Amino acid sequence: MSEFLQFLFSGLTTGSIYAVSGLGLAIIYNASGVINFAQGDFLMIGGMATVALLAAGVPLPLAIVLAVLITVAVGACLQRFALAPAGDSDALALIIITIGASIFIQGIVLLLLDKNQHALASFSGDTPIAIGGASLLPQSLWVMGVGAVLVVLVAAFFRFTLLGKAIRATAANHMAAQLVGINTRFVLLVSFCLAALLGGLAGIVAAPITTTSYDLGLTLGMKGFVAATLGGLGSAFGAVAGGLLVGILEAMIAGYVSSAYKDAVPFVLIIVILLFRPQGLFGGRVIERV
Amino acid sequence: MKRALHPGLVATLVILVLLPFTFPNSYFFDVAIRVGLSAIAAIGLNLLMGFAGQVSIGHAGFLGIGAYASAILTSSYGWPPLAAMLGAAVLVALLAFLIAKPMLKLKGHALTIATLGFGIIVLIVLTNEGRWTGGPDGMSVGPLAVAGWQLGNEKQWYVLVALLLLVAIRLSLNLYDSPAGRALRALHGAEVAAKVAGIDTAAYKVRAFVISAVFASVAGSLTAHYSGFITPGLAGFLRSIELATMVVVGGMASTFGAVIGAALLTVLPQLLGGLESYEMVAFGLILMLTMIFLPRGLVPTLRERLRRAGK
Amino acid sequence: MLEIRNLTRTFGGVTAVQEVSFRIRAGTIHSVIGPNGAGKTTLFNLITGLYQPSSGQILLEGESIGGHPPDELARRGMSRTFQNLQICMNMSALENVMVGAHMRQNQGLLAGMARLGKLVRAERACAAECVELMNFVGVGRYVDADASQLPYGALKRLEIARALAAKPKLLLLDEPAAGLNHTETQEIDVLIKKVAAAGVTVVLVEHDMKLVMNISDHILVLNYGKKLAEGTAQEVRANPEVIAAYLGGAAAH
Repeated sequence: MSEFLQFLFSGLTTGSIYAVSGLGLAIIYNASGVINFAQGDFLMIGGMATVALLAAGVPLPLAIVLAVLITVAVGACLQRFALAPAGDSDALALIIITIGASIFIQGIVLLLLDKNQHALASFSGDTPIAIGGASLLPQSLWVMGVGAVLVVLVAAFFRFTLLGKAIRATAANHMAAQLVGINTRFVLLVSFCLAALLGGLAGIVAAPITTTSYDLGLTLGMKGFVAATLGGLGSAFGAVAGGLLVGILEAMIAGYVSSAYKDAVPFVLIIVILLFRPQGLFGGRVIERV
Repeated sequence: MKRALHPGLVATLVILVLLPFTFPNSYFFDVAIRVGLSAIAAIGLNLLMGFAGQVSIGHAGFLGIGAYASAILTSSYGWPPLAAMLGAAVLVALLAFLIAKPMLKLKGHALTIATLGFGIIVLIVLTNEGRWTGGPDGMSVGPLAVAGWQLGNEKQWYVLVALLLLVAIRLSLNLYDSPAGRALRALHGAEVAAKVAGIDTAAYKVRAFVISAVFASVAGSLTAHYSGFITPGLAGFLRSIELATMVVVGGMASTFGAVIGAALLTVLPQLLGGLESYEMVAFGLILMLTMIFLPRGLVPTLRERLRRAGK
Repeated sequence: MLEIRNLTRTFGGVTAVQEVSFRIRAGTIHSVIGPNGAGKTTLFNLITGLYQPSSGQILLEGESIGGHPPDELARRGMSRTFQNLQICMNMSALENVMVGAHMRQNQGLLAGMARLGKLVRAERACAAECVELMNFVGVGRYVDADASQLPYGALKRLEIARALAAKPKLLLLDEPAAGLNHTETQEIDVLIKKVAAAGVTVVLVEHDMKLVMNISDHILVLNYGKKLAEGTAQEVRANPEVIAAYLGGAAAH
């Protein structure tokens, strides 16, 4: 039982990271129909920038704020300078642009910083908290807490703010949104900033646990991707649920079966889910029109 | 369309014959051979991506399986290299057939994600099944030998790869202008129209997937024998992306585009001195800029410009 | 030739086609008309296998074909065009027409790669035949053009040529005259008559009443997914319910 609880904690922690990463993907996908392969790099930039700023002598709270700002700026640039100029290219072209952006960003980070893995110090020490025979690191609480707060804030943003509603309107029908006077270009920009903000924050709180390095984004982005697809691309709730599910399953497989194959879990899962429920676990059916 | 001697093919032949005379040392042969091997895989992937419009970002998985199957069959089971290559291709074809049937029912993003998942699973298996594959450290592979005669130096390899490349180009060009090739391109252009014209689009997607996987497998087997040492990185995500990039940058559905894409993406890192950071920056930039400014890829865009200039 | 029995298709809560029955005799020109949203295109999509019927039957030459895949129906002699053009813009105009002839060619991938003499000869014959068809529908001058270079009206005809390349027994045309000017519409009129005269049964969805009344042997009127009336041009024109549907509900009362 205590073993199970231990795996569950670990699964919920990584699951929260995947969930936030997946949420960012879902936001961008909803607003623009683009699958953003650079989503994981937002997390990487958040973590790496914090590490670099700390090393430069900036105090932690300020470093976090700056790192998040840097990530958001990268997100805005990605939309403004890479995706917007491509205009109405087909989805494949846009996906490839984000893949290019991801590799470009990694190259830049590699150039500016280094190849090493960096661990951020935990925010509240490393003394584990004992719960039901299992131990929980304070940083895990940070990850889950920040993850939960972000999800709630995002939900509130979409439900209650005008901008949030405008994004939803754009997602539902681009043309109609434009006709009622929504500046859809601005909406797209905001979605990317929002996704980058989520990624940056998640990357920072996760850095003490996952450690961070220039190529971290690939794995995290893909897990977020699996999370979002699992939940039904475009469903924010689905992305979060999918993220937690992937995290927990991964931890259970690693604990009870084989840690070598834990990374295969999400991908096997995704193929199985896509085959039997192409619309994802929580997505609605899509009727094709001719 | 009815050209027995395709001008592009003749040009390629001439270039392939003349090129060695400009090579000052074996390093150039080495790069050329790697270009050729990548081009064979890219031509294959182009059949799936460029012709049929089905994006795979997991094709390095097939390349990896081809390479490792050749390596394991020759070293652990004593198969002759050619038989092993054939065996690997059959294995890959079967595997591709099995996964293609359900996977290609998926559309757009879902298919892309599924191929990504496939590639990563292959990578994980190759990394973890150390008994067979040597794990992350890789394994060595014997040279390519046919009936006791061994392919030893770079020049011999160059000739072999050049010949195979010409064959691959010819096959791809032939297919382009055949009923099957049109069916593939039609399902890319307007799938519904293809269906009502009596084209079994699902079956064609599966066939294109299998054939492109076999091209990758053969390229993988050759790469294994040529380099003499393989690591799971051969099947990695970046390698898959590289292959897809070759197709896209060169130009979707363009056979010579795939070749030129392969040449660009293989030679460029060499020019950048193998510095990983610069390589990644350049790679990323090329991808983005091509998609923004030449969304149809180099060869089709240039051909279009030339034709317009000619008018 | 074609018989529809109590055909119904619902999307969520909306019934796009409801309990529709009719028959189409071989060798006739049959029109389906009705206001926007009457279910005409849905009916076409059901007949050609793009949609599955919710209930009811579709019989082609006496055999039930409801819900069979479109490529199989094509092999049974059915061909169609689309209201929203479905042209392969990545191919040349001629290649688009040759796609229509796909069923009559060697379809193997390996055969295509090998490209032996037999295939080359068949290809040449097919290309020549498709050039003929392009001339027949009046887009002969675009033989060497890319499909993306053709104007709208030419693309509509290109679709007809592609459909004819399949040598269909039953040809369904979805608004062939939509978006065309007066002269072009008259040319389409002549073209459809030519096709029918060649022995192809034609079913037509069209808004241009003049065209419909002029060429149809038989007309089916749909309204809100239901059959409103059926008959010859005169019968339909005289039907008060049809007049009401077209002029608005008020006229009926």
